[in-house]
Amino acid sequence: MGEFEVHRVRFFGLVPAGVRCLACQPRGGRLALARTDGAVEVYNFAANYFQEKVIPGHDARSVEALCWAAGERLFGAGLGGDITEYDLARLCVARSVDGCGGPIWSMAANRSGTQLAIGCEDGSVKLFQVVPGGIQFERNLDRRKGRILCLSWHPSDTHIAAGSIDVLRVFDVCSGQTIQRIMVNYHVHKVKRECIVWSIAFLSSGTIVTSDSFGRVQFWDWERGTLLESHTVSASAVLSLSVSEKEDSIIVGTSTGATYQFQLLPVKMGSLEKRWVRTKPFQHHTHDVRAVAHSSTALISGGLDAQLVIRPLMEKIQKKGYEAALRKFTFPHRRLVSCARKARLLLFQFSQHLELWRLGSTNETGKDGEVLPLCRMPEHLVQLKSKGPEHIYCSCVSPCGSWVAYSTASRFHLYRVQYEGDSVSVKKVPKVPKLLLPAYQLQFSADSGNLFVASARGSVHVLQLLEPGGCKHLHVLQPPSGCPEAVYLLAVSADGHWLAAVSGDWAIHVYNLKCFKHHCTVPMYSCAVTALAIHPITNNLVIAYSDQQLFEFSIPEKQYTAWSRTVQNCGLHKVWLERDSPITHITFNPKNPSHILLHDIYMFCVLDKSLPLPDNSALLMNQSTLKQLPETARQRQLHAFKICKKFQPLLFADLLDENCLVMVERPIMDIKTQLPLPIQQKKFGT
Amino acid sequence: VSDQKPLGCWSVKHGQIITCPVVCNFETHEYIAVHDDKVLRIWKNKDINLDKVFKATLSADVYRIHSLPNGGPVVLFKGGGVRTLDVLLEAPQQEIENIISDEVIKWSEAFMEGQQPVLIFATEKDGDFFVYVQKLKMNSLCKYKLEQQELSKPLSFTAYIKNQIITLLCLYSNDSVYKALIPLQQNSEDEEQILSKSLLLNLSVSGSVLKGTSFAVLDKDHIAVLGILAASGEDSKECLTIWNTKFQTLQTSKELPLGTSGQLWCYEEKFFFTHGKVLTVIMYKCETSSLAAAVGKLKDRQTPDVSSFVNWNTLGDEELLVSFPSQQSAALKSESKMTLRSKRNTVAKVQPDTLSVGQLLLNLKDASTTVLEEELRQLISKAQMPDLQANIGCVITALINRCKTNPKYYPRNFLLHIVQTRDLSYSLCPDLMAVALEKEDVHLLQICLQKFPDIPEEITYACLKVFLSISESCLQRIDVNLESVICYIDIEFNDKEVKTEIVENGFNAELEQDIWDTKIAKETHRTADGEFCPVGPQKAALLNAVLHSAYSETFLLPHLKNLPAQQAVLFLRYLYYLYVKCSEKINTTLPGIQSPTISQIMDWMCLLLDAHFTVMVMLPEAKGLLSNLHKFVRAQVRFYSELNKIEGSLLELQRLNHQKDFQTYSIEVLELI
Repeated sequence: MGEFEVHRVRFFGLVPAGVRCLACQPRGGRLALARTDGAVEVYNFAANYFQEKVIPGHDARSVEALCWAAGERLFGAGLGGDITEYDLARLCVARSVDGCGGPIWSMAANRSGTQLAIGCEDGSVKLFQVVPGGIQFERNLDRRKGRILCLSWHPSDTHIAAGSIDVLRVFDVCSGQTIQRIMVNYHVHKVKRECIVWSIAFLSSGTIVTSDSFGRVQFWDWERGTLLESHTVSASAVLSLSVSEKEDSIIVGTSTGATYQFQLLPVKMGSLEKRWVRTKPFQHHTHDVRAVAHSSTALISGGLDAQLVIRPLMEKIQKKGYEAALRKFTFPHRRLVSCARKARLLLFQFSQHLELWRLGSTNETGKDGEVLPLCRMPEHLVQLKSKGPEHIYCSCVSPCGSWVAYSTASRFHLYRVQYEGDSVSVKKVPKVPKLLLPAYQLQFSADSGNLFVASARGSVHVLQLLEPGGCKHLHVLQPPSGCPEAVYLLAVSADGHWLAAVSGDWAIHVYNLKCFKHHCTVPMYSCAVTALAIHPITNNLVIAYSDQQLFEFSIPEKQYTAWSRTVQNCGLHKVWLERDSPITHITFNPKNPSHILLHDIYMFCVLDKSLPLPDNSALLMNQSTLKQLPETARQRQLHAFKICKKFQPLLFADLLDENCLVMVERPIMDIKTQLPLPIQQKKFGT
Repeated sequence: VSDQKPLGCWSVKHGQIITCPVVCNFETHEYIAVHDDKVLRIWKNKDINLDKVFKATLSADVYRIHSLPNGGPVVLFKGGGVRTLDVLLEAPQQEIENIISDEVIKWSEAFMEGQQPVLIFATEKDGDFFVYVQKLKMNSLCKYKLEQQELSKPLSFTAYIKNQIITLLCLYSNDSVYKALIPLQQNSEDEEQILSKSLLLNLSVSGSVLKGTSFAVLDKDHIAVLGILAASGEDSKECLTIWNTKFQTLQTSKELPLGTSGQLWCYEEKFFFTHGKVLTVIMYKCETSSLAAAVGKLKDRQTPDVSSFVNWNTLGDEELLVSFPSQQSAALKSESKMTLRSKRNTVAKVQPDTLSVGQLLLNLKDASTTVLEEELRQLISKAQMPDLQANIGCVITALINRCKTNPKYYPRNFLLHIVQTRDLSYSLCPDLMAVALEKEDVHLLQICLQKFPDIPEEITYACLKVFLSISESCLQRIDVNLESVICYIDIEFNDKEVKTEIVENGFNAELEQDIWDTKIAKETHRTADGEFCPVGPQKAALLNAVLHSAYSETFLLPHLKNLPAQQAVLFLRYLYYLYVKCSEKINTTLPGIQSPTISQIMDWMCLLLDAHFTVMVMLPEAKGLLSNLHKFVRAQVRFYSELNKIEGSLLELQRLNHQKDFQTYSIEVLELI
């Protein structure tokens, strides 16, 4: 098929923020996650655990606790002392209420989702009523000294258990009185250290489960105040704990990175007496596991090493499929890199700054696998720092390299970059039009003449870029029937004729840019769109969904193409469908119209539509086999998917020109070196 | 229990006496107490003052209240009348009949059988003991007279219910526990029956006698007894003991120096008793009773891979049947009538097909050998027979028994056929190998060694000895499975030249010559390919079977020491030959099916040297062998240390290669096909 010159880039110094807390939507299919930088993410279980929504962080807004209330509403609280409600359609903070108790360490919603309890630095537990359009302070519960680090409601909503330092307390919600006080370090005689109750859960049987800094998971009878069972799982702290909805299984996370499952099992076969037994240990993390969650089919843990690990419980899964795979997410399911093809520039998006790099070059050619000598080194051209506490939502560099745009929650910035010899000058475009912010995706047209800004309520703003450094608001594109959700992906055709936009409800609208009219809607599919692109020659829209399906939709004909129908009839290869990370970018090779280039975190694939699709008996990753075969024998083995797994983890891949690729990798080891040292564990007497 | 604090405390007024244990009604979470024999009190957890709670005065004296899960409390009156609490509370002053006239209730217990509560109580009158069983729903009462025991009387009772049969255990003052079975399905209500009992356990161990005060049943084979252990001439001390009734042994005991109240309760695998001034709770666990456990020799299985499972329960019954006619079961006779009946029940449940195996074997006992073999062949060919393994075990046992009685009879081919085609184990037919050893049937022994996972070390050694002692000429005539040797053994002398060329390992070629002086090199050279197998292929195949069998060093070593010196040298010579053969190949494995692995060879070599170290050192003919062995091993050690050095260098190269990856930018060529 051909040889590529690959620019293998490893200087994107992204360090994803650690996972601080997790919250499973009760009886729902979503998982909310907050990171240490204040970012909040929502993963959709049904859409193959796709990272559906991202609300970037904010310097002043740490999130210590997340909870779902009143069905679909998501609340967060943190050391800033505010309780924040998130707008999941517009992906921003909807409103914020001061908790009036100093930093908030914990928050929990009752089972019916009508009340929120927060635990504050000053030792108070406050109740808030969840009302339409906000929350209302209801009352204070009995206040004692000592910060409240964790809270849990009894499933009947009548009592609250709160963990503090050395003590756990039970409050009666009606009277607000402390009705039980249990000293957790009572049974440790010699140790004078304080014992921090890191996490707590109140079971419907009246048992309270706590995890503490002594590495113990303990079960208490709250009415009698007695210790029922104590399991020491770790020499260091047990930081997090979560109970399954059926209350027959518990997952705990420790500061050594290990997680353990506890299960309520009968002591004998058929016996009615049941005990909590530590069943499965897992070591997926290297650092503190600050957050765990227990969905109906999986154990979920998030660590300071920024990994989100979803470990399915095989006994709860009927058939092998998407749910059965162990998933580890370290990187976002969206692009943080954009590429100026013509100018050979890369723009890296960090949480609060952007970096613009020029790629190096070589004069040599070589054979497969060879590293070519460089005649010019890559160059760091510009670093753009975003002012203020808000983190960056999205960024883009124009194909010609002379425009850079980015957006935060409240501001939109456009820069004109000029290159004169070796010097680079950056000028801010002074009067940018007032837009409905934040912008969720930015996309320049192929001729760098227009900028498309994905916005809330399904709208896309079209800006015209003017020389030498200005811009004009041209039009707002909106779906005809309206849409409450924000647009999160854009694709523009090379001829500047078409624009495809995907909103949070997974609808794909195609607009005609010549007359700024809505052209058509791609038939709805029941899964999230993870990437899409318009073919430069045929104007076919290629769409990748989170269930790993691929569709090709002809924009001019407003229907799926024949190839797409063939793919749906034959079905994709089993191994392809069982991949667990979504396609994050699609691009094309103008010289080879039958090629589609796509990638996820673990592989880069050239999909050749002219070749037959592999059936399940064929080897999907057959590149190394093919290389060993003589030319004549290869022909029979060829199939459409040419997969390369050499570059991992792959954050971005794009075609610079006909046979030149750029691959941006971020080795996990490089991230690990940026993290603090993990807790040293003794291994084999060393 | 270290953290004892009362969760609730209630007291009756001064002058009132609580006359029976307080019970908790599990359904309503109420407590029920009786004071002054007739006054019933019922209260809940939140009530504080006992005087203000529900009160009912009854017309008769209460003996005890039993609380049953799902059944509600049952009140037993001193006159033997029984009422459920619900019935009683409807009319507290109702008249209670007196059943037992002037007998005194000594003990009572209640069970749930299906949906109905069953109450059992024991009474005494003038040294006679009676047992009553009352089924509440059916309102039926059965009376039994407990069989008298000379010079002793019951001290304590306990009972459990299983399969509609109440098992009553009585602790007698003669330090014995007796057992009596009371079937629930009894229709003859009126007449008084004599309840026969059988001795279950004698509470004496090596001279000292346990004076039991109370006891509890743990599972079908274990009971716990609390009592005073009185050894002659020593101070008596209180003990909690657990006994195995199946093997009549004392399983464990715990001394209680602070004294107890003599009462023992047992609930959910925990003992509760007072010790000194505290309530002590001890958790216990009863393992399945086995003879090994009873004699304290429960060891882990030697061979981890047992290829098939055997239903040991049916096996027990089968063996019983086989050995029954030969009058070997003297022990069986001593068992009580009642236990025998229960045994028979289990036998009756076994598939009729299986039963016929036993019968068939009985029938064939006196048949002629040809008829017998024909019949057994048919029997074995019946596929899908339940408990096939167990039945085959029985068949073999029967055959072996016949061999033992008739020394001329030895169905060689038939036994071979069975062993080869069935997944048997040593324990299933323990006498088979013994007989084969006696007959020196080496082929059968070879197959057994290959097939059985659990051969005792003693038998393995016996096989080895037979194999080594049997003459080569004798072996020529015997058909032995040569699969394991055919691929590597040198049959002809003129293979020599070819052999030197295919040497892949460097120990005897250039490397060797570099390191060692020519003399030694020549010597080793000769050892490596010039030495021929010291035993014939038949013997080698047999020895390979021994090498292949599983063993434990500790148990094998003492036997191995008995091996005559000449045989030990021969065996060592063969092992050395195998070792050299192994080392010729780069992957150090011998070709062929079931050929010994290098670690098996090494282990046996070490074991043999351990067992015969002094002999080997002293023996002149072993000297050359040992010195060759030493040189060879030393050469190997050198060779491997060189390899280690190379590995180190290669690793370093690889590491250098990896360092390239740390570059943050490179342009590489990627070819996609």
